[in-house]
Amino acid sequence: MTAWLGTDTFIEIIYLVATALFIFALVWMRTPATARRGVRAGEIGMLLAIGGTLLNHNIIEYKWIAIALVLGSIIGVPLGMVHMTAVPQRTALSHAFGAFCVTLVGTAEFYLRAPAVPPFMMSVLSMEVILGALTFTGSLMAAGKLQEILPQRPITYKGQNLVNLSLLAVSIGIAAYLVHDPSHVHLFPLMLIIPLVFGVLMIVPIGGADMPTVISLLNSYAGLSAAAMGFVLDSKLLIIAGALDGASGLILSVNMSKAMNRSFSNVLFGAFGQEQVAGAVAQQARPVRSATAEEAAAILGAASKVIIIPGYGMAVAQAQHKVRELYDALSKRGVDVKFAIHPVAGRMPGHMNVLLAEADIPYDKLLDMEEVNDEFPQADVALVIGANDVTNPAARNDASSPIYGMPILDVDKARTVMVIKRSMSPGFAGIDNPLYYLDKTLMLFGDAKSFVGAIVRELGGGHN
Amino acid sequence: MKMDLLTSLYVFMLAAFIGFEVIRQISPLLHTPLMSLTNALDAIAVVGAIILTGEHRSTLSTILGALAIVAATSNVVGGFLITDRMLKMFKSSGPKK
Repeated sequence: MTAWLGTDTFIEIIYLVATALFIFALVWMRTPATARRGVRAGEIGMLLAIGGTLLNHNIIEYKWIAIALVLGSIIGVPLGMVHMTAVPQRTALSHAFGAFCVTLVGTAEFYLRAPAVPPFMMSVLSMEVILGALTFTGSLMAAGKLQEILPQRPITYKGQNLVNLSLLAVSIGIAAYLVHDPSHVHLFPLMLIIPLVFGVLMIVPIGGADMPTVISLLNSYAGLSAAAMGFVLDSKLLIIAGALDGASGLILSVNMSKAMNRSFSNVLFGAFGQEQVAGAVAQQARPVRSATAEEAAAILGAASKVIIIPGYGMAVAQAQHKVRELYDALSKRGVDVKFAIHPVAGRMPGHMNVLLAEADIPYDKLLDMEEVNDEFPQADVALVIGANDVTNPAARNDASSPIYGMPILDVDKARTVMVIKRSMSPGFAGIDNPLYYLDKTLMLFGDAKSFVGAIVRELGGGHN
Repeated sequence: MKMDLLTSLYVFMLAAFIGFEVIRQISPLLHTPLMSLTNALDAIAVVGAIILTGEHRSTLSTILGALAIVAATSNVVGGFLITDRMLKMFKSSGPKK
């Protein structure tokens, strides 16, 4: 029996069970009620797979494995404990780590096999290394932008796309050459370095508002590179996990680009940064109506249905807990309060939901765009907190607008619209929002957190 | 070898289909935890790194393998941890979930 424990068949059976658990993990993610069970399933699958792997009789030296496992766990804990507002950059960082792992293993495998690498092996190895390397630096750049270590502005220059695409083409060319003749071992480092550079350059022109798509796309790349690694190592478990991750990232990025009415290529090679500037400057001195916290509170308190539209501004101002107090104060008065979440609100898919859930707002009050758009005409007040482009009616009715055609939240159909905003500056997206000039719109100028706090005080709720 | 390769391609294709079908049904509410969960699952690449390190076929492969284990393990631990922390926060307003 003990002799059987270390056999390949036994280990493969463990992997089979782990694979099933991974699929269950995703199935259970469907609803919040079962999602935590999904995490358990994933954890058990992972432990089984790692445990089974350690039984592999090809392993002759455990010291470095043990040290690395411990070190990785030590690094992992703080990464798992970051504040909820830092989740987007943490996610980008973990894509980088995943891709780093895949790239290192691919590199090692190449040098172990070179110079006699069969063509198919060489092609999946190249895919693994190229995707892994560009995901690694691309994700690091994305994390840097999200953490605001790097400027969030898109940085563009003439011929940028040409430079980027040629780099990618060169590395694919080298890969093809190595598939044809793997004895040119000295070309391998070049095939590794070029995608590393490409990863950086790929993210340079991408602005903060495009992050949800890009982070999903990097997610997908990380999965695909892991699947390629599965082909290299002939591990079905890895192929399946990679395919699942790749599919997930792809679905999310398609969702995100649909929610912005843009194609993938438009996000990646996006002219978004430049186009907007033209439309932005024209209308500045148009009159707006503004209101104080007292007036806003009076209108909100008298309403029977209020829809709150949170955006990245709420995350930046860390206003979610004040928003919760507002939700409580209004609910206590019998006001029906709901939240309208645009798919690209924030910096990653689902960003707003996590922040509002953190503030203890029940998830059944968080509605996505399709669910909520029919409800705006019945709403007395639509309160926009730190969202901009996703509420811009120009997307519906102004064919000259750079965001024309983008699905938006029909905020302007509510009886009264309130927008909490620091100032009239159009923000870095640079697109003017006609919503602000409507007769039914009241601008509430100020910091999201303190303004919501002030409204809550007027309503007689809150903790201070 | 040729059959193995073909089997692997079948496995990849079927897994991708399952992935698309399963993930399409996940509520947008949970897309952030979904991403951190798939990220943790993806770190199953650690098994490849473990074998690479343990086989000790060359100094380079052992060093690269050990670094890869560190990176992947931090994703396993951090990914599951944060996914669970996020999911813990999602509460229904109903009397009982």
